[in-house]
Amino acid sequence: MKALWRWLVATIVLVFSRGRRRPQVPRRERIVPPGGASPRAELVVLALLGAATLCAIAFIAIYALDRLSHQTQLLGLALGLALAFIAAACIVTANRLIVTEELEEDYPPPAHPGQVEALDRLVDESGDRISRKRLLTLGAGAAGAALGAALLVPAVSLGPLLDTAALYRTPWRRGRRLVDETGRPFRADEIEEATFYTAYPEGASREEVGSPLLVIRLDPKLLRLPQGRAGWAPQGILAYSKICTHAGCAINLYRSPLFPAAEPKPAFVCPCHYSTFDPMTGGTVIFGPAGRNLPQLPLLVDSGGHLRAGGVFSGAVGPSWWGVRLHGARS
Amino acid sequence: MRAVLTFALAVALLLPAAAGADPIQQGIVIPHVPPGTPPVGLGQQLFAGNCATCHGADAQGIPGRGPSLRGVGALAPDFYLRNGYMPLERPGIEPTPSRPVFDDREIRAIVAYVASLGKGPPVPSPDPARGSVSEGQRLFADHCSGCHQIALAGGYLTGGVAPPLNGVTPVQVAEAVRIGPYLMPTFPSSQISDKQLSSLIAYVEEAQHPQDRGGWALGHVGPVPEGLVTWLLASAALVAVCVLIGRRIQS
Repeated sequence: MKALWRWLVATIVLVFSRGRRRPQVPRRERIVPPGGASPRAELVVLALLGAATLCAIAFIAIYALDRLSHQTQLLGLALGLALAFIAAACIVTANRLIVTEELEEDYPPPAHPGQVEALDRLVDESGDRISRKRLLTLGAGAAGAALGAALLVPAVSLGPLLDTAALYRTPWRRGRRLVDETGRPFRADEIEEATFYTAYPEGASREEVGSPLLVIRLDPKLLRLPQGRAGWAPQGILAYSKICTHAGCAINLYRSPLFPAAEPKPAFVCPCHYSTFDPMTGGTVIFGPAGRNLPQLPLLVDSGGHLRAGGVFSGAVGPSWWGVRLHGARS
Repeated sequence: MRAVLTFALAVALLLPAAAGADPIQQGIVIPHVPPGTPPVGLGQQLFAGNCATCHGADAQGIPGRGPSLRGVGALAPDFYLRNGYMPLERPGIEPTPSRPVFDDREIRAIVAYVASLGKGPPVPSPDPARGSVSEGQRLFADHCSGCHQIALAGGYLTGGVAPPLNGVTPVQVAEAVRIGPYLMPTFPSSQISDKQLSSLIAYVEEAQHPQDRGGWALGHVGPVPEGLVTWLLASAALVAVCVLIGRRIQS
């Protein structure tokens, strides 16, 4: 009990005597010249740091509230704002609160006078045997430049640099007939359910990324196409780009349930990374890494019963690249 | 006390109701039929014992459990029974190839019974000898290799498994192409004609038994790696000969 009392007294003395007596430090000569105090700048810095603290706490709160919509975006916003406020605080501190001083210092005198000149002469005389100096310099320059270019040129393989138009131009335009790989036009009545067909544009290159199509027939009652696509699927016949929107592989898996009541619904599956697209809802991604829906091509049945394109694709064909959202599909 | 009694009464009332709720049958039923019963009669009894739980007593199908088998002919039951796809362990799961649970006589009986229920396609009799392997390869690459792989190794798709085709028979390939079991598309004869189907099967047979002229396939990766292995072995032999000659000169 006595020991406790002693501890208590000691604590009280410590707490209340804090700051009363400062040890006397002898005044030293300043190195940095004195600058005036700036309470306003301090206030601004404090406000910025406070804002950064709030943003960081907001980040933790958003992280903890797991079921927010756009959680990732909010997390990024909170963290970004916190860092921006800290940066602003640093800038204000540096500009207003740190004493600045400009000093100049002379270069030291050269330690080895004469040696520089000797080195120059050494280099100069070593090249005495060379009679066509400028030509050799030119040759070395050409070799260096060519080598540099050779190292840079393979970067062209990373993607089209100038001619990006080919990526969003397709041969499909209203009225163009759908043909099979032998060039025979497809008739609407030969497209059967539960199987899939690959079609190409008549009289156009099949090598272009926008050429090949997946053609299937589904029960029209099952279709839930997006608004504005009424009449795109005559008799339930649907056409989609065969090129996956993820990495540009040719989609050649069509899953077609034999007994729909107990089996997964129809879907296109890309064999490369298993991106799965729902043909009933306009090619929406239902699984996998693809970021965009499979572009749909509107169809027409002409008076001869043949399948024709009814317009252009619903979106850009092929793998995603930086301009794909800027430019739509073109005929 | 009263609560316990009520509970016991409820259990006693509910138990028979639960038992009577048409449980999914487990196990295989092999009926005893008098000798001389025609195959259709045996098939009908086998069907009633092993298939009717999901496909219905008259094979008319049960919504959500099993499809109707009227009009599927002999083709479908022959395929599903000889692969061991049917009977399923429970409805809704993906059928996978396994050992058939019925013997040949029982399968023929069930096939005869299902075929007698309605007009439908017979068991196909493809003739791969008539087909062209190169045309078959093109057809296989267009229609099949997305899932089954060009080397028949089988593969996956979202929601299903494409079985490997290493051990399948020509008849099974022909049946699967026309049925489209589970998630596989159905390829009608307007898309793959019977003649093209023979070519397709010719390719499958070719790919099942690839020609290994070197005698050592090395996973069928092609002639270049095989040649490289030959070079490796030959150079090792040459080094060994050099070492031997060197030793003889030294001694």
